Amino acid sequence: MLPIAALVWSSRSEGRQAFWDAVMSPQAVAALKLTVGAAFLVALVNAVLGTVTAWVLIRDDFRGKSVINSIIDLPFALPTIVAGLTLLALYGPQSPIGIDIAFSRLAIVAALMFVTLPFVVRTVQPVLSELDQEMEEAAASLGASELTTFRRVILPNILPGILSGFALGFAKAVGEIGSLVIISGNLPYKTEVSSVFILGQIESGNPAGAAAVAVVLLVISFAILLGVGAVRHFTTRYERA
Amino acid sequence: MRRYALRFVALFYLAAILVAPLGIVFYRTFADGFRPAWEALSTPETIHAFKLTLLITVIAVPLNTVFGVVCALAIVRRRFPGKGLLNAFIDLPLALSPVVVGLSLFLLYGRTGWFGGFFERHDIQFLFALPAMVVATIFVSLPFVAREVVPMLREIGDEQEQAAKTLGASGWQTFWRITLPSIRWAVIYGVILTTARCLGEYGAVAVVSGRIQGETETATLRVEERYDSFDLAGAYAIAIVLALIAIAVLLAMTAIKPREEPA
Amino acid sequence: MSIRVRNVSKRFGAFTALDDVSLEVEGGSLTALLGPSGSGKSTLLRIIAGLEVPDAGEILISGADATDLKPQKRNVGFVFQHYAAFKHMTVRDNIGFGLSVRKHPKAEIRNRVDELLRLVQLEAFGHRYPAQLSGGQRQRMALARALAPEPEVLLLDEPFGALDARVRAELREWLRRLHEEVHVTTIFVTHDQAEAMDVASQIAVMNSARIEQVGSPTTLYDEPLTEFVMQFVGEANRIGDRFVRPHDLEISLDPVTGGVETMVDRITQFGFDVRVELMPAAGDQLLVQLTRDRLDELELERGQIVWVTPANEHTFTARGAAVGAV
Repeated sequence: MLPIAALVWSSRSEGRQAFWDAVMSPQAVAALKLTVGAAFLVALVNAVLGTVTAWVLIRDDFRGKSVINSIIDLPFALPTIVAGLTLLALYGPQSPIGIDIAFSRLAIVAALMFVTLPFVVRTVQPVLSELDQEMEEAAASLGASELTTFRRVILPNILPGILSGFALGFAKAVGEIGSLVIISGNLPYKTEVSSVFILGQIESGNPAGAAAVAVVLLVISFAILLGVGAVRHFTTRYERA
Repeated sequence: MRRYALRFVALFYLAAILVAPLGIVFYRTFADGFRPAWEALSTPETIHAFKLTLLITVIAVPLNTVFGVVCALAIVRRRFPGKGLLNAFIDLPLALSPVVVGLSLFLLYGRTGWFGGFFERHDIQFLFALPAMVVATIFVSLPFVAREVVPMLREIGDEQEQAAKTLGASGWQTFWRITLPSIRWAVIYGVILTTARCLGEYGAVAVVSGRIQGETETATLRVEERYDSFDLAGAYAIAIVLALIAIAVLLAMTAIKPREEPA
Repeated sequence: MSIRVRNVSKRFGAFTALDDVSLEVEGGSLTALLGPSGSGKSTLLRIIAGLEVPDAGEILISGADATDLKPQKRNVGFVFQHYAAFKHMTVRDNIGFGLSVRKHPKAEIRNRVDELLRLVQLEAFGHRYPAQLSGGQRQRMALARALAPEPEVLLLDEPFGALDARVRAELREWLRRLHEEVHVTTIFVTHDQAEAMDVASQIAVMNSARIEQVGSPTTLYDEPLTEFVMQFVGEANRIGDRFVRPHDLEISLDPVTGGVETMVDRITQFGFDVRVELMPAAGDQLLVQLTRDRLDELELERGQIVWVTPANEHTFTARGAAVGAV
């Protein structure tokens, strides 16, 4: 807790005006918009694709499924800087398949997708596997098509898992740095994310400014975590009979 | 029909984002054979970088393991004021950006920071030296052991421990002979995750280390340094070593996971 | 509303669940599929519902071939042993689900749900969630839910299996009265022969993927066609290759020709009924059921030697029946 306190304190060390100046500087704002926007987009896409992946892993069966299941954890095991480098190799200037998105916002999205991929998959898997399949059979016997059954019976029950994964993924993406330093190019106003901006501020001797932006990031992360937690709480009220 | 479509989507997603990039790097690194990669790896700075990463990991992991197990026991088996806070606190590093972690340490222990004066007076170099890097790494890899052990402790319940106590075992004996063996796979899994995190840490260490080549540069920092110096081959070589370790970690995780899952 | 099962077979890997099974169920009747675990009864029920597809054979519902129809199209109501409640929906929404899926107007759904809540006596619980109900209440909700879309057939898979004895007895009674009121063709699966005898008008006894016998409770009890049915429905004593019901064994204090010499092992009184366990010199223990008056007449004691003779017995050939009624 102490470091956080120090952070908040220090960010105010030069007064409220300096705080706002630092936070509202065009470069900081650009970085923030990019960071939050990219993180949100990525968390959303991963929520959908991660759910599909979890579904395939739990409900489908095919050779090599357990290998695929293990690969999901790769982003947890691989150093983020290595991840950035590998994405650069495949989707950068020397790309063998001719896709070059290096130093662009797309690169940021790709790197963040890598880093946050496991979250939704891993939070949805246990929920899905514990789902009572008889509920689906009951829905079928009552006349519900497969799509309707998914929409009205399955989805509401796996939603808490999806939301958790979304929140965790978002929090991670907002603070991500290792995978982005190389592939994004860190161009201010274009491809500079907040974490890189903060690093830059520290290295140019402006720790207070860095702290100010860091506090904003912190607040956003916490807001998302609390917000999603609240939504989760609300959507699972039927369990707390 | 739909099943194949879903399967295809999932597999394509995974391949494009995870598998293909890794494959390329392997290919590129060894495209010209082993020699250039080996040479890149044997420069003194690079060797030092690996040693430093290893040293930090070897310090951080045991500390976090002990801390994690103790906290898990406290959270699951005891009541005390502020328990919820402890629980949330442990999860905190997962929600924080590593750079923010580094920054707070920087502010706290820097020359003008709250504790900076203390270190200055005793002539201990904290920032831009090993201590800061170790503390940063400890902080970011804090949660893993606790997060694995807590659900396992909950699932197992404390009946075995109660039985041991009625048979006359002391607290320590109960812990060592009953509790610890029952959670050992969760602990091991947590240790693996912690180790992977320590090895791969970048952001926090980047802030507090000063990135002095040959002194405070870890393996991950060195990858970036090589890239910035246009030594792509060198960067790849170090990355490959880290990737290989990561794959070993992944295999270990896969092997242990089924045993770690509470029955 | 009638159901015909014709030569249905089903295998799961190496395990044969149903082997050339045929059955006729009259419209409006209340039939039980009775048998031990693994006999195939649940599989048969699920095939009738469309939740499983048979490897061979046909299912006809009201004369029309339903074998290839998905469950959605069969208009059957299904009740699960563990309720399968939609736990994220209220009781009202659960019950109304079948109607809302068919896009009935909201007012109509509301009325029908009210009607059913009254029927199953859950009026006060409409806005609760399943987690807030007891097991018995959840099963009543499940029944209401299955009945809401006015199915042609009602199928219940060990519906009372997860409930405790008292609730089970209540719901049994309840199901019988419900059937009298609603008259929908009902088939339920159970392994409890007392339950089957109590509720159903027709019972199909199943064993090892086959149907052994179909008949009314009395028929099965008095005229079992196979050894399995004899022993599964009601209790049976075995003397050599003869089978005798406990109340068909007569005890006499003096030796009787053709009788078996036994020793009294244990006497238990259940109110007016008395059960006496006897050990013969060779063979299995025998069970005799008498009235208390008869017990007093005989003045039986533990360790006493008595003779038993069957008043009525059954014998069976190796695989089928041979009715031996003496």
